[in-house]
Amino acid sequence: MSENGALCGTYFLNGDEPCAEGAMSAGCRFFAGYPITPATEVAERMSERLPHVGGIYVQMEDEIASMNAILGASWAGMKSMTSTSGPGFSLMMENLGLGVMLETPCVVVNIQRAGPSTGLPTLTAQGDMMQARWGSHGSYEIIALVPSSPQEIFDLTIEAFNLSERYRVPVLVMSDEAVGHMSEKVVIPEIAPENLVTRPRPNDGREGYLPFKANDDLIPPMAIAGEGYRFHVTGLTHDERGYPVMTAEAQDKLVRRLVDKIRVHRNDIIKYEEIGVEDAEVIVCAYGISARIARLAVQQAREESVRVGLLRLITVWPFAEDRIRELAQQVKAFVVPEINYGQIVLEVERCAAGKARTLLVEHMGGSVHNPQTILDAIKKVAK
Amino acid sequence: MSTREIRISGFGGQGVVLSGQIVGQAASIYDNGFSTLTQSYGPEARGGSCTAEIVISSEPIGYPYVQNPDVLIILSQEAYNKYKNSLSPDALMIIDPDLVNSDADQTPAPLAIPATRMARELGRAVVANIITLGFLAAVSDIVSLEALKNSVLTSVPKGTEEFNTRAFETGYNYGLEHGKRNGVTGG
Repeated sequence: MSENGALCGTYFLNGDEPCAEGAMSAGCRFFAGYPITPATEVAERMSERLPHVGGIYVQMEDEIASMNAILGASWAGMKSMTSTSGPGFSLMMENLGLGVMLETPCVVVNIQRAGPSTGLPTLTAQGDMMQARWGSHGSYEIIALVPSSPQEIFDLTIEAFNLSERYRVPVLVMSDEAVGHMSEKVVIPEIAPENLVTRPRPNDGREGYLPFKANDDLIPPMAIAGEGYRFHVTGLTHDERGYPVMTAEAQDKLVRRLVDKIRVHRNDIIKYEEIGVEDAEVIVCAYGISARIARLAVQQAREESVRVGLLRLITVWPFAEDRIRELAQQVKAFVVPEINYGQIVLEVERCAAGKARTLLVEHMGGSVHNPQTILDAIKKVAK
Repeated sequence: MSTREIRISGFGGQGVVLSGQIVGQAASIYDNGFSTLTQSYGPEARGGSCTAEIVISSEPIGYPYVQNPDVLIILSQEAYNKYKNSLSPDALMIIDPDLVNSDADQTPAPLAIPATRMARELGRAVVANIITLGFLAAVSDIVSLEALKNSVLTSVPKGTEEFNTRAFETGYNYGLEHGKRNGVTGG
């Protein structure tokens, strides 16, 4: 075991397990959750390993409490995480909004399964992508990352912690059952401390500390409970002191900053992978497990001389808006396969703004796409 | 890039997913290649249909699902009925004949190992999957014998290594004796 508690080495792991390992490598020392298929293995691994690295695992009574517990732990100075799936993710939504409002770094992992409601507990879907964006009430921005492999779950869970600490916002890891329950080779490296981000901390005196006074980058330094700073936090609209102010002006000032602190940094946040887009007339835009299925369809289409490329979204929120706008100038069409009835396709269509056609390849969940359906869609729009 | 595909299918409780885990780990960790294991099962803890699919390659794997299996290990009648058709002529099918009645005209003809019965005779029915993997090692080169053995040893509960090694060797020896298909080694 390395100094930070990571089990460095090469393993054959299912996706849920390196999610837990990534969290511990990132310095997560508090996990609160409630087991739910197909995310149970994340909690299981945390319960087994966290005590060995000096962390705390709490199995809560439900997901509402789990979300609250990780917010509390974060204010006590710990990097904290929970993991869940569909029904549990729905229960977390209110307090996810509290996390946004209180600018609380934390990571929420959703190993998506097919819904609505209990749906297909053991089978995959990507039906929570818009819920990730808009699931809590009010205007806000959030960060959501989508891994395509067990290795990438490890990498992106670390990234999720770094982004949440940097921007003081809950970060969502939106995996799915197919990736969460897929086993592959995972390399767990030693993560150098300089590759881990910790939240900005106040450096002026405790006297007159303003907990929500932002720096020029729109992010306020965060004091830790128990260190002698006197401050108040509330889910009510508040001023720089953290006190409730029930006016339109206070609302405008606070909420605008909560949104803008993500928007202005979007180019530092957004990541994607491109394959063969240079000469492409058609772009398949996909994420998570669907990107791996799409990649096969893209290869097959290339073999049939169709000029098609793959844009694999790694960050889904904030959306890779600028890149889609650029590509829309170049290509005839976007093909968007997703395991839902059309969610991210709406964003692609919005950003394409009529410059390029957009075609959804939908799938209701329970399995992944047949690559042939994606290939057919590529050929249809390439004509 | 050479890609090989294995499908193991039966019902929950037979160790289907663990078998997949052992084969996948053997290929990617002990044989230094790449492999992807995917699994499908229902919400039941035991008794529902259960399938593990392993794709093995010398390079990182994009598409992670089995399309045209090189090896099938079939442990229930339901799984047999589902997967018996459209097999490539050189596919290797392994069945437990006490659990699966295969068609007389099944092509390619399956290899049979009564692993569940043999496991009971050894003293513990739970090692049927390990016996089957020993058999696989004897009749196929899809993963190396050493890799598979190592993978078994690191996957079974501590304290059961010796018993599982015996189970593995029982299956392996049975495979050497009964596992020839017209002189062709499958997989």
